Amino acid sequence: MLILTCPHCGVTAEETELALGGEAHLKRYGPGDSDEQFEAYMFARKNPKGVHFERWRHAYGCGKWFIAARCTVTLEVFGTYPAQTARPPADLLAAIRAKRPSADLSDWDAATPEDAQ
Amino acid sequence: MSEPQSALPGRRAAGFATVAEAGLQGMITLRGDLASPVLAAAVQQATGCAMPGPRRIVQAGDRAAAWMSPDELLLILPHADAPGAATALQAALAGEHALVAEVSDARAMFAVTGDKAVQALAKLFPVDFAAMEPDEIRRSRMAQVAAALWQAAPGDWRIVCFRSVAAYAFGLLDNAVRPGSELTA
Ligand SMILES: [Zn+2]
Repeated sequence: MLILTCPHCGVTAEETELALGGEAHLKRYGPGDSDEQFEAYMFARKNPKGVHFERWRHAYGCGKWFIAARCTVTLEVFGTYPAQTARPPADLLAAIRAKRPSADLSDWDAATPEDAQ
Repeated sequence: MSEPQSALPGRRAAGFATVAEAGLQGMITLRGDLASPVLAAAVQQATGCAMPGPRRIVQAGDRAAAWMSPDELLLILPHADAPGAATALQAALAGEHALVAEVSDARAMFAVTGDKAVQALAKLFPVDFAAMEPDEIRRSRMAQVAAALWQAAPGDWRIVCFRSVAAYAFGLLDNAVRPGSELTA
C-alpha cells in the first residue's frame, strides 16, 4: 500500500484515494520539433528501477495535482510537492542523493537560475 | 411550482448506529481566492461563519462553511435560502475571480449517529478516523463513490455525496451498521 501526503490539503492519503498521472517533469515537444523528439515525448518513459518522479492527483480529495518522489523497488516515499513546480526542490534532491548515491538524477545535475535564487 | 424532493425522502436504517437521509439541504459551491477579504466577507454574510482553515468546517446553527480545496468552499444553509444566498454571493463577488454554483439538488446528505457510528464509517472510508479533528471535514471516497464527511457534533456524522449515487450510498451505510458487524464492542 502506497501512502502519499498531498501537499495541497495535507491529507495523508492511501493510493486508492489518488489517481496516478505517469512520469513527472516531461518536457513537451510539438509543432516545429523533430519526429524523434515528438515520439520520445509521447511514448518514451524512464520506468526506472529505483528513484522515480511521478504525477498524482488527489482525485477523491482536494482534486489537485502533485508530484511524488518515490522508490519503485521499496515504495519508500522521499517527498511530495505541488505539480506547479518545474523541477524537484533542491532540499528534496539533496535528501535523495544522500539516501541513494547511485540513483540517476542527472536530469537535475545542472544548476539553474532558480537554484541560485 | 413542484415540491422539492430530497434523494431518498425519509429513508432510515437502525443498527448499531442510525442512518438517516438528512432531507433537503441547501449547498453552494464557492471557488475563488480564499485569502481575499471580499470573499471572506461574502462567506460571513451568507453563512455567519468565519473563513475555515484548511480541511476545517466552521458551523453556526443551521449554516456552515467548509474548506474543500485550496480554492474551494462548500457553504451549507437551509434549502429554501440557497438560491437567494447564491444570488447575493454573485453580487458581493462582482469583480472578484470567483465562481458561485448552487448545488443543493445535485447532492444527497446522510446523518450517521450513535456512539459506534465511526465504526460503520471506518469500514467504508480509507480514512484514519483516530487522527481526525472534531472540526475537520474530510473529502474521500465511500467504497466506490466520492463523499465528504464531518461531525455536526461529536459522534453525529454528516456525509454528502452526489445525488445520483444516493441509493448506493444508503445501501452501503445500511449494510455497515448491521447489528453484529461492529468492529469492537
Ligand atoms: Zn489534497
